[in-house]
Amino acid sequence: MLCVKPYGMLCKIFVVPFYEMWDLPDIFVQTLWEGLVGGTLYSLIALGFVLVFKASGVFNFAQGIMVVFAALSLVGLHSLGVPAFLALILAAGIMFVLAYSVERVVLRPLVNQPDIILFMATFGLTYFLIGLGELIFGGDPKVMITKQLYIPTGALSFDFGGGRVELQKLDITAMVVASIMVAGLAVFFSKTRIGRALRAVADSHKAALSVGISLNQIWVIVWFAAGLVALVTGIMWGARSEVSFALEIIALKALPVLILGGFTSIPGAIVGGLIIGIGEKVGEIYWGPLLGGGIESWLAYMIALAFLLFRPQGLFGEKIIERV
Amino acid sequence: MRMKGLLVGAVLAATAVTPALVSSASAQDSIYIPLFTYRTGPFANSGIPIANGMVDYLNMLNERDGGIGGVKLVIEECETGYNTEKGLACYESTKVKNPVVVGPWSTGITLPLIPRASVDKIPILSMAYGLSASAVGDTFPWVFNPPATYWDGLSMAISYIGSKEGGLQKLKGKTIGYLFFDGGYGREPIPLLESFAKKYGFEVKMYPVPPAEMQNQSGQWLNVRKDKPDYMIMWGWGAMNPTAVKEAARIKYPMDKFIGIWWSGGEDDARPTGGEAKGYTTLNFTAVGSNYPAIQDIIKHVVSKGKSQAEKDRVGEAHYNKGIYNSVLIAEAIRNAQKITGKKVVTGEDVRRGLETLTISAQRWKELGLEGFGSPVALSCADHNGHQPAYMQQWDGTKWVKISDWIQPLKDDVLPLLKAAADDYVKKNAGWPKRTESCDKPS
Repeated sequence: MLCVKPYGMLCKIFVVPFYEMWDLPDIFVQTLWEGLVGGTLYSLIALGFVLVFKASGVFNFAQGIMVVFAALSLVGLHSLGVPAFLALILAAGIMFVLAYSVERVVLRPLVNQPDIILFMATFGLTYFLIGLGELIFGGDPKVMITKQLYIPTGALSFDFGGGRVELQKLDITAMVVASIMVAGLAVFFSKTRIGRALRAVADSHKAALSVGISLNQIWVIVWFAAGLVALVTGIMWGARSEVSFALEIIALKALPVLILGGFTSIPGAIVGGLIIGIGEKVGEIYWGPLLGGGIESWLAYMIALAFLLFRPQGLFGEKIIERV
Repeated sequence: MRMKGLLVGAVLAATAVTPALVSSASAQDSIYIPLFTYRTGPFANSGIPIANGMVDYLNMLNERDGGIGGVKLVIEECETGYNTEKGLACYESTKVKNPVVVGPWSTGITLPLIPRASVDKIPILSMAYGLSASAVGDTFPWVFNPPATYWDGLSMAISYIGSKEGGLQKLKGKTIGYLFFDGGYGREPIPLLESFAKKYGFEVKMYPVPPAEMQNQSGQWLNVRKDKPDYMIMWGWGAMNPTAVKEAARIKYPMDKFIGIWWSGGEDDARPTGGEAKGYTTLNFTAVGSNYPAIQDIIKHVVSKGKSQAEKDRVGEAHYNKGIYNSVLIAEAIRNAQKITGKKVVTGEDVRRGLETLTISAQRWKELGLEGFGSPVALSCADHNGHQPAYMQQWDGTKWVKISDWIQPLKDDVLPLLKAAADDYVKKNAGWPKRTESCDKPS
């Protein structure tokens, strides 16, 4: 109706979406909110990748299955009669055991091996955890223990622009918890001795070793931190849907976030996550129907690649200059 | 070195001989039925109850009756993870053991197996899934997809919506949203949906859900909120279903106008949303519940003896019963093949004939201890589907409740399109073999 020939398609691309944003402000605000929530959760997943990458130069392919494993451990322990918060602590303990085992069994024997070997080792770890998870917990999906963890449900709704905007309490909680977690990790890794040691390791393994930093200890700490991030991500995403092995696929959404934010930057993971989250939602709602819908899965990569044209090192990544 | 060589030789010899041994053992005194299942991966919530139902019914026949016609059934599960490559690997590994029928349990796995069926002489049973056009028996003599195709299912959903609105003609000007798994399965009914939209004058809004976004559907549902479709139809599977039901409840979409295909109607699809999913409606072609003599026999002979992977309180759930239905089709086809050929130990070629002349009347359902469990089934050489009716079930907050009578598919619309699709398949697959298999009389 708004668009007339011969400018139909141009109009649908450049006019209609903005008209809809103006005409239905409640939907626009809701879209931004959903993008913000999704982006925060992407940031959390990306953070897990960044922590491990900074410490060991390894792209941890197992981060996705760690999300599933952590959430399944929590729900599985609770189903055995363990009180929710004790199960939460025990699930964190399981992630510590996993971190310790990974350092002992996977990382330590592969020290000084090329990065690609370590990367492939995380592939192996992924399939091991899938098998172990299915063996222990079974393949059937579980319902997240939202109420038992006192995670509020329901929605806060308010009228806006002639419509209604709904903020799910679960999403608000996810935002708050993720923000606290990110802030806590940022402070931990920038203000503490261990944090400084991590940064030293990230700069140079050999230099760090020469000043007495224990590489093994740092790896355990970092993998444990990644495990905690996975646990929180699993709880939040599991509560939105269900705890199943399908959650592993969602972790792949961290890839464009990492491309955008840089593999070594915690602020990059946060800002990148938010840009991807909001960008893909706005794209899906306002331009998706023009392309048949379901564009979120590749739009995130397009956004990341568009940024890379201008900043190849990512938003906050370090610019590498090599003399030749 | 010599020892090593001997060892390698022994292993190779054993590898070569074992299939032959298994195969000859199977051929002599038992009937081999591989069951492609998925108890792992993103689709396990749908796959597990179906697998349990399939396995438990056939095990019950072994335990209670000593198999079929006195011949023991050798049942072997092969885990596909709903993954096409793994499914094809399952096919290759089980093919050598002379299976009498193969059920791929995935449209993605079914499609590449269709051309192989006539070559390998193994009939494919894709129960209410797969290529809709394979219902045309003259074109696809080795493929069977009873009791209804996806196109039948869609026509029933449209028919149901029409009945709620006071007639199909009242659909004019309405908007129907289609939320679908963005793969072969979800795309299968789209041509018919577009055809219905033209015929009845309603608008269709498409909401594809890419496999990677099954648990991340807020974008699709924001679009639903923006578009305000009058009805939503869902073709979902695995983790996509419970996420969609949760998202629908989140945006307060009227749940009784949210209608799923039969594969979106498992307890695990609605249960996570609980009371807020009340009103969510799906098609189903089997009864729900365990109050049938045959299912009680499953509990007695299999579940209570610890020979099942199903928990006792989940026996009789919607997807579990679909698994039973699938195994009833297999068992009855084998029985029928034994009757036609006079042989006790039947082959894939025999079971193809058994499927092609399969009839399960209301009386037969009763004899099986499953009275009223499904509508009567009747296949023929020309019709490998039967185009049987289904009914609507609705989630009452805790369980599925039947809310409609049997709804007949709109055959006048579906059958010509199926024939055209089958012809189109032949055109696109140059050298597609003409049917040479003879036609038996119905059982």
